[in-house]
Amino acid sequence: MAYRWINTLTDKDVTPHAAFMNRRQIMGGALAGIGLAGIAGATSAAPEGLEPNSYEDITSYNNYYEFGTGKDDPARYADRLTIEPWTVQIDGLVDKPGAYGFDDIMQQMTIEERIYRFRCVEAWSMVVPWNGFELADLLNMAGVQSGAKYVSFETALRPDEMPGVAYNVLDWPYVEGLRLDEAMHPLTIMATGIYGKDIPKQNGAPLRLVVPWKYGYKSIKSVVRITLTDTQPPTSWNKANAGEYGFYSNVNPEVDHPRWSQASERVIGGGLFSKRIPTLMFNGYEAEVAELYAGMDLSKDI
Amino acid sequence: MIDRLNTIARRVPTWVVYIVGLLPIPWLLFQAQTGGLGAEPIKALEKELGLLALQLLIAGLVITPARRYLRLNLIKFRRALGLLAFIYVSLHLLVWLVLDVGILSQIWADILKRPYITIGMAGFACLVPLAATSNNFSIRKLGATWRKLHRLTYLAAILAGVHFIWLVKGFQIEPLLYMAAILALLLLRLPKRR
Repeated sequence: MAYRWINTLTDKDVTPHAAFMNRRQIMGGALAGIGLAGIAGATSAAPEGLEPNSYEDITSYNNYYEFGTGKDDPARYADRLTIEPWTVQIDGLVDKPGAYGFDDIMQQMTIEERIYRFRCVEAWSMVVPWNGFELADLLNMAGVQSGAKYVSFETALRPDEMPGVAYNVLDWPYVEGLRLDEAMHPLTIMATGIYGKDIPKQNGAPLRLVVPWKYGYKSIKSVVRITLTDTQPPTSWNKANAGEYGFYSNVNPEVDHPRWSQASERVIGGGLFSKRIPTLMFNGYEAEVAELYAGMDLSKDI
Repeated sequence: MIDRLNTIARRVPTWVVYIVGLLPIPWLLFQAQTGGLGAEPIKALEKELGLLALQLLIAGLVITPARRYLRLNLIKFRRALGLLAFIYVSLHLLVWLVLDVGILSQIWADILKRPYITIGMAGFACLVPLAATSNNFSIRKLGATWRKLHRLTYLAAILAGVHFIWLVKGFQIEPLLYMAAILALLLLRLPKRR
């Protein structure tokens, strides 16, 4: 059911879209803009005062390797993706397997706003005002059977629309997976919008997963298939390099990536002189999710 | 055709190369401040400076094969290319030290623990004596040793190539293309088989 996790923020905390469109002009050459102080101070504490990044930043700085490995490639090429009609194949250990049309799904789901921190494994982060529904609601619609232990996801693979898939940066199609309790968690959503607008193609239109306490690559984009299974499913970055990317991929400042530290992160939008901020355990969602990993050695189960 | 290019090259003063070579710097800084480098200008600036350094190193490595195989004589520009490469590597390093990491303890930890950064530092270390001896005084003083010292360029280029390959996520083409260019240019320097 929806609304199982409530922002401590309210609508009046969300920075008006228009103000954020002018943010870069306001900051201009200012080294310590008001916004910078706000980000540096607030995100090292509790979720209060989470200042969302600008729509321009969120939609122009993306990792979506199917469209190229440059941060600006998805914004440049993702318009080639056709998203209508769109169906999500839900199968595996469910009562009602089948091809669910996107419009049909949207009619059944309750869309809410979730302002989440987003932390990439590359050690940069943003705050994104997502619009979406709880994944649990979608899974319950299909009816999860008792033997199911994991949920696997698959991204669309369209060689004629996605120039990047000609290169084997990763094994295509992009796949991801969650443990069932992670998938059913109140924080886990399928995002269908940003700032109240339909989610842009470069951000994973028409619907993408958002698991805010994990590194961003777990939040798989443009989902075409969801499978309930009893075995741990393969995940793309783990397949590419198991020593660097694990199944769980929980944000953890104490466990470094083999090639760089995860103890700090760069907040996007701070300009040339922005300071790094310390990374929070579980990306600041420790209170909500730590219990899922009680007893696990997170330095091994990365 | 080559003769015409050689004639033109003879007429272009070296300081032109320095000026043109340095123009990207204020341009990049301007872009970084005004959003032209995207939402994360620090890493973008770091990458642009690093790429320019690598391209200048490669340009320097083109000179001798071009003279040997195309009879194109651009030797007089090679010092400028090398020094410009050093300037860009230094700026690349400075951006990393001051803007990217910024935290002294983490800088040292990174240099020791992250192989691609260790390699990058080693490449920089190779270039320091080369930059310091890129003047007529050093050539006179060092004599034959100068030529041997400046073969460190080959090592610096290889280290730079590996640094690039090692810092990207997954299997990406761009760094491999640069490495291929470096290796090809080094192979062209091998003595011709009789």
